[in-house]
Amino acid sequence: MTQLTPVLTRNWADDRAWTREAYEARGGYQALRKALDIAPDDLIDQVKDAGLRGRGGAGFPTGMKWSFIPQDNPKPKYLVVNADESEPGTCKDIPLMMASPHTLVEGVIISSLAIRAEQAFIYVRGEVLHVVRRLRAAVREAYEAGYLGDNVLGSGRRVDLVIHAGAGAYICGEETALLDSLEGRRGQPRLRPPFPAVEGLYACPTVINNVESIASVPSIIDEGVAWFTAMGTEKSKGYTIYSLSGHVRRPGQYEAPLGITLRELLDLGGGMREGSQLKFWTPGGSSTPILTAEHLDVPLDYEGVAAAGSMLGTKALQVFDQTTSVVRAVLRWTEFYKHESCGKCTPCREGTWWMTQILTRLDAGEGREGDIELLLDLCDNILGRSFCALGDGATSPITSAIQYFRSEFEAGLTTPSWELFPPDRSTLFGQEVMA
Amino acid sequence: MTYSEETVAELRELMGRYPEARSALLPMLHLLQSVDGRVTTEGIELCADLLGISAAEVSGVATFYTMYKKHPVGTHHVGVCTNTLCAVLGGDAIFERLCSHLDVGNDETTADGAITLERIECNAACDFAPVMTVNWEFFDQQTPASATELVDALRAGETVVSPRGATITSWREAERVLAGFEDGRVDEGPAAAGPSLAGLEIAHEQGWQA
Repeated sequence: MTQLTPVLTRNWADDRAWTREAYEARGGYQALRKALDIAPDDLIDQVKDAGLRGRGGAGFPTGMKWSFIPQDNPKPKYLVVNADESEPGTCKDIPLMMASPHTLVEGVIISSLAIRAEQAFIYVRGEVLHVVRRLRAAVREAYEAGYLGDNVLGSGRRVDLVIHAGAGAYICGEETALLDSLEGRRGQPRLRPPFPAVEGLYACPTVINNVESIASVPSIIDEGVAWFTAMGTEKSKGYTIYSLSGHVRRPGQYEAPLGITLRELLDLGGGMREGSQLKFWTPGGSSTPILTAEHLDVPLDYEGVAAAGSMLGTKALQVFDQTTSVVRAVLRWTEFYKHESCGKCTPCREGTWWMTQILTRLDAGEGREGDIELLLDLCDNILGRSFCALGDGATSPITSAIQYFRSEFEAGLTTPSWELFPPDRSTLFGQEVMA
Repeated sequence: MTYSEETVAELRELMGRYPEARSALLPMLHLLQSVDGRVTTEGIELCADLLGISAAEVSGVATFYTMYKKHPVGTHHVGVCTNTLCAVLGGDAIFERLCSHLDVGNDETTADGAITLERIECNAACDFAPVMTVNWEFFDQQTPASATELVDALRAGETVVSPRGATITSWREAERVLAGFEDGRVDEGPAAAGPSLAGLEIAHEQGWQA
């Protein structure tokens, strides 16, 4: 039985946890004091040695990303935190920033010291008003305490931090689109190379990291590499936040060592809701291929989920039971990708539109002979053919759902999904819909 | 319309927060929405003048992001998540109920100007599904009945408080905060609630720690 390991979540139940006072009472900002006595390259090495990998989806080693910043480049260096949490199912960064914004702010300061950035940004999605309030107040408090500003704790080092609210665009979670958005433009991905480490924000060397990745840094500096690497699996070190949602008895945030399984998480949370059997689930948001009950014991680390044909992604475990139409679910996700495609690349812009058309008629029981093959062919023409991964992500639910539930798509040639799977049976309030 | 000196000064203040002024464009548009209740041609031209770019460039940005509205928004913006998980757990039923209850469709405003209703995408609170928002504050674990009660209270001008946020003011005031001006409500509401604490509570019960 894997035990839960609250680190980032450990102070969320504290009284006024969002204040500097409460954060410091838990030892907050001690890691920053330590970090100021450590050479920047050694800070990078510690994060490398800890094996911290990006918690925003791709799992790229954080320390390695930092070491790509060319320190002989005379231009300013920037740290940008990707707090544009919008991947369907993903809901870990928002509660973290709501409850304990100082964890992130401390991580930003230490990370900026490591990469020698004097200016950092937190790009937070706009649709979370109270989170924006908490972040701004935390930054104000950090300036007042001398943690931020032109002389961080009297060290002579400078770190400034701006909270920047977005305006509603999933694509801005893609790191180069985020940079364009932060420059005051439409959020459209850039062609790489050059990579952001060389030419990022304002064409200067830039590190872009997910909220959880940066928030994990103070604990590594404070508790040490050995403490961190004692958790997790061989290539996926440390702890992380798993977000359980859907037809389960106890949805929520579960912080555990990498490698815990969905079966263990479900057991901890009391299992599925009454009368439910697990039908399908996403391991890390809607852009990660769906899995089924046969994958309950897959270790939820980067390698384990990849070996099962999916991706760990954001560890957003959306769980659906037997009442759910997979065609309806996939249609809704596809509509999302169509809505959020930035329009820059033709395969994604046009492809998501056509896939929505086909899925709409399959959902309505008006599918045509050959529609399944047509969908797969479209996916084949989108995957890997656009600037960014949005189009790739759009194909994931479709190809995986057809792989595991082909007969449901075939039924879409004759029968509407709402007849096979009456939607009111899937809701959490059941019969009230009928009233 | 002409803008007040105060508004222009605040726009300039936003520009001064960044190494390059154009980075302030998104916050500037949020601020102008708080002043005008939507993005207007005059607002676009003002941004263009201040930033030294063309109105077409500003317009291109304003039309890209869904939070910027061309049509006037009601006193309150009400969002219903209808992305897959929320939709399946009840978001579709809630949205349908609100459409008929308020007699509006998606992205439309009630005749009394009180509420603009919108289907929204995943708002990062899936463990609280089905999720709604009012002026971008969370309203968790909704049902069709709780949703209609919520909008009725908003229309009646009653005091409404987000279970994980602050007292509801108005969409315009929310836009001002998003632009970058604090409103003194940061200490309202809990640090975390319900599902956010699920794993932590189990760890406490079991005596587990990292």
